[in-house]
Amino acid sequence: MEFSDLIRTGRAQAKLLRGPEAPPLRGTLCLTGHHLLLSPGPQATSELWLLLLRSVDSIEKRVASDSGTITLRCKDLRVLQLEIEGVEASLDIARSIEALSSLESVITSFPFFYRPKGLRLGDAWHFHPPERYYKRVARETNAWRLSEVNEDFSVCPSYPRAVIVPRSVDDGALARSARFRQGGRFPVLSYHHAPSGTVLVRSSQPLTGPQKRRCAEDEELLRAVLAGARPGARGFIVDTRSSQAAKQARMTGGGTEAKAAYPGWKRLHRPLERGQPLQESFVRLVEACGDLQQSTDSWLRRLEGCCWLAHVKEALSTACLAAQGMEREGACILVHGAEGTDSTLLVTSLAQLILDPLSRTMAGFQELVEREWIQAGHPFQLRCAHSAFSHARPKHEAPTFLLFLDCVWQLGRQFPLSLEFGEGLLLALFEHAYASPFGTFLCNSEKERCLCEVRTRTHSLWSGLNQPKEQRKLRNPLYAPNPLAIWPSVELQSLRLWQGLFLRWIRPPEPSEVAWEKVWQIVTDKEKTKLSQPTVSASEPQL
Amino acid sequence: MASYPLTVENVRLVDRISSKKAALGTLYLTATHVIFVENAPDTRKETWILHSQISTIEKQATAATGCPLLIRCKNFQLLQLIIPQERDCHDVYISLIRLARPVKYEELYCFSFNPKLDKEEREQGWMLIDLSEEYKRMGLPNNYWQLSDVNRDYRVCDSYPTELYVPKSATAHIIVGSSKFRSRRRFPALSYYYRDNHASICRSSQPLSGFSARCLEDEQMLQAIRKANPGSDFIYVVDTRPKLNAMANRAAGKGYENEDNYSNIKFQFIGIENIHVMRNSLQKMLEVCELKSPSMSDFLWGLENSGWLRHIKAIMDAGIFIAKAVSEEGVSVLVHCSDGWDRTAQVCSVASLLLDPHYRTLKGFMVLIEKDWISFGHKFNHRYGNLDGDPKEISPVIDQFIECVWQLMEQFPCAFEFNERFLIHIQHHIYSCQFGNFLCNSQKERQELKIQERTYSLWAHLWKNRADYMNPLFRDDHSQTRGTLRLPTTPCNFLYKFWSGMYNRFEKGLQPRQSVTDYLMAVKEETQQLEEEREALEERLEKIQKVQLNHTKVKAKQSEPSKHSGFSTSDNSTANTPQDYSGNMKSFPSRSPSQGDEDSALILTQDNLKSSDPDLSANSDQESGVEDLSCRSPSGGECAPSEDSGKDRDSDEAVFLTA
Repeated sequence: MEFSDLIRTGRAQAKLLRGPEAPPLRGTLCLTGHHLLLSPGPQATSELWLLLLRSVDSIEKRVASDSGTITLRCKDLRVLQLEIEGVEASLDIARSIEALSSLESVITSFPFFYRPKGLRLGDAWHFHPPERYYKRVARETNAWRLSEVNEDFSVCPSYPRAVIVPRSVDDGALARSARFRQGGRFPVLSYHHAPSGTVLVRSSQPLTGPQKRRCAEDEELLRAVLAGARPGARGFIVDTRSSQAAKQARMTGGGTEAKAAYPGWKRLHRPLERGQPLQESFVRLVEACGDLQQSTDSWLRRLEGCCWLAHVKEALSTACLAAQGMEREGACILVHGAEGTDSTLLVTSLAQLILDPLSRTMAGFQELVEREWIQAGHPFQLRCAHSAFSHARPKHEAPTFLLFLDCVWQLGRQFPLSLEFGEGLLLALFEHAYASPFGTFLCNSEKERCLCEVRTRTHSLWSGLNQPKEQRKLRNPLYAPNPLAIWPSVELQSLRLWQGLFLRWIRPPEPSEVAWEKVWQIVTDKEKTKLSQPTVSASEPQL
Repeated sequence: MASYPLTVENVRLVDRISSKKAALGTLYLTATHVIFVENAPDTRKETWILHSQISTIEKQATAATGCPLLIRCKNFQLLQLIIPQERDCHDVYISLIRLARPVKYEELYCFSFNPKLDKEEREQGWMLIDLSEEYKRMGLPNNYWQLSDVNRDYRVCDSYPTELYVPKSATAHIIVGSSKFRSRRRFPALSYYYRDNHASICRSSQPLSGFSARCLEDEQMLQAIRKANPGSDFIYVVDTRPKLNAMANRAAGKGYENEDNYSNIKFQFIGIENIHVMRNSLQKMLEVCELKSPSMSDFLWGLENSGWLRHIKAIMDAGIFIAKAVSEEGVSVLVHCSDGWDRTAQVCSVASLLLDPHYRTLKGFMVLIEKDWISFGHKFNHRYGNLDGDPKEISPVIDQFIECVWQLMEQFPCAFEFNERFLIHIQHHIYSCQFGNFLCNSQKERQELKIQERTYSLWAHLWKNRADYMNPLFRDDHSQTRGTLRLPTTPCNFLYKFWSGMYNRFEKGLQPRQSVTDYLMAVKEETQQLEEEREALEERLEKIQKVQLNHTKVKAKQSEPSKHSGFSTSDNSTANTPQDYSGNMKSFPSRSPSQGDEDSALILTQDNLKSSDPDLSANSDQESGVEDLSCRSPSGGECAPSEDSGKDRDSDEAVFLTA
């Protein structure tokens, strides 16, 4: 299929409105296979304006006698308005945008065509292979090994090629344990907490079903997890569903670990919202943020009604519980919900951020996202197909990753000196997860990425972000390494709405930008003064 | 009556956040303070509370562990004590009731507080803020405004200051005439003069218009205010009350200006609720803060139902309206409410703050409070209950103004020279009665009490410690922070946030664990030190090069990282402690969260990093925690209710999956 078939009209004159605070742009509107462009007239000083069509979430068109208005609501929550000359032209453009922005084929998507200057294909893809993290674990403990049982993705289609498992369990047992877990997601290592000698393990639910089946190899695997940890360690299974939901799952073949079958392990249920209700919460929050006419009270009522902050609180406190179990109780933690690809990852990745100082660095956090979300098989393509504006009924969409980013932001707010990255990185990850010129967030699993040759044919977001020119936006100038665990407060008074994201396009950006400039200035002033200190050699008198 | 100091031993101070935590210690009652000293030998942490801060004392039903006593403070501290003996508890209760409600000014702390300054220093302290200087700074007197001595010796209005600016064309006859037509004789006088375009903000109380009364002099007074602004042919008269309240006042012979009687005025209601509504609203909000483990929905519902943020927004909206009228339209504004000492003070000071960057500086802010609150007779004693009085007079009027400032600081992080701590400390001292500034209900009373001779000034105290109150992000060089603060054109309800730093200020666990302000101040200080060192070195270098002496080598002094006390957060003990994340259920049966706190204090200074390393290695404490865990858990009873071990026992009979 050719893109040109979908482009009904090439160009038109248009005026672009970008929100209440920004001045409108006028010029010629062009449509390409992947972009909407607005080229200002020859006398204009402003640059070419470009929008990735993939980032359009919904389109609304209105026509008057000789012009049309298109409202584009973007996945990054921006709302744009195009006033286009000519009714035909505007309808054609609207239809073209509609068709082009909802193309489902991965290999014709923009990342496969994006060739930015200064980046080489394949550069950063190998920054974070599973082997690398295993090397770190192997330095700390001998109890775990890197298994390639999933090399051809046949044991678990949503796992990467290589996973870290207890040394004493062989590949055959892993494969059998996989058959006892939904989607083949058998328990694998997520994080080794060296100071306490305990581990964080994740999986999907066991397929106990109504007959309450058991699986010797699966039990052996979890026994081996405890055996490999510090002597005497016990385990906690953090199930991210309510105990009732977990029981109900038996009727459809799922279930939970039977207490008697897993000696040493105790189960805790911490229900986290997921799937459609989470998506609806996101939609309602964005709706409330966009309504500028409401009174203060109805704003609070709507903030309450959408429950988003309650989800933030639940996610953070579950992660804290898991982290506390390891650091304070010296226990091993297994986290799973049902599929083990959403709330499970939310909990394991946040727990690491709380415990592990390395994951709070720029490189470490990127590694964490790569390892615990992308390679761990969070289905980004399904979850992020639409953002908060789409009128389409959500099928698989859920802002789990956004909820993770929000929790990280809350951590950063409470520990403003402890994260090496700033809000800028979190905003960039949100944007790129939903629509990106880079290949990093494409597809739902490593298996799919392999099939589409994402690694060899697209650029990695990490190479894009790690260019020097991006650093000032992404780094936290206040960062000072903090070797301790960071325990956030999850009290209601301590959690805030993430204005930088949800009100990004609504509140005027200047005040916070001016403040940010000042922060950088104070910090760089100090660096400069330090560097300009006369050195010993300079102060030696010339003879 | 018990004699002081009263001492009760074995009292427990309960931590509100995690009710499991309670510190054992001794309670002392002195003539001025409640003091609790913890028994823990290494810390012996002390909690001091001034009697004047005590808002309510509640004796709760005796429990097995003792008799609980709940002390709520005006600075939002909440103290829950458990006293072993009912008798002792009763003694403490009775004593505090008396101590917290002094009947004479002389009983207040400021008359015994002695910061060890001599007489001259004290006098200088009182001279730090000088309102006549402030009016000069505004550009007064000038062709349109003059200083009037009509209120000399408080002859016309006893709640006004003696020095007032009025329009040049307003004669004494007009002023006195107008004052007779105004509630409590608070006639229109200048609050702020906007030099750029001659527009001004004036303030007064409501007119005694009833249903039809008129007063020629009052009409002339408003005319004079309009004439003092040659650029505009009308003035706004802003009544800050809800229309219904203002109409109700007409029945009592008061009311509001009739546009038909006054030429060239535009009359406007801006509905800010009265002190009783505000008092209840704060009460409701504090109840929400006190809820034990509420859900997010309880919290947001409660916050909304309290209406507090709506009231804050109403005050801000009024201030914004006035600031816009003055700066953008160039129109003068007369503001009043009922008596013109509560809502009027709030609104005039918010508008001044928006208009004039001077008020956004440390000293300027003190001037602003001195001008619109202290000198214009805001009834501090009644509103903040310094002396025992009518509880219906108490209302958080200035608290709301202080919160408005904070809300603005959140929106404009670079516009204010001072930081949040400055606001919190001012709020604290409005209630503390440690300094004389906020005593009494008017300048006249303060003069009669000889406050300046007998007490110290808060402003001097704050000024001396100004390094603590600086906002490192302050930029007076930026177009955005110079001149009038421009608020977004669209109404932004979501910009008004719950001020946890104030209302939960004593619950350190709820506050961000690291302070950006302190960190940046320390960085700035270090930069300055380095700068000075460099200058010194360069000077030396120059000397050496000039002399070209012998082989003397100059060793560049290693710039030692200065010891930043500011780097570490104020409260180390709570900073790096996990909270109770399990909600109501107790997931981990073994250890109380208080155990092992000491070994993991959050420390930010590099010097201290080493000392905290041991925390990272497994230590004996954690070992013992596990012992506990293993010996208790078989019972399963301690564990979370969600752990359905009991019901799940049948799973033992599960069929093995044949692999």
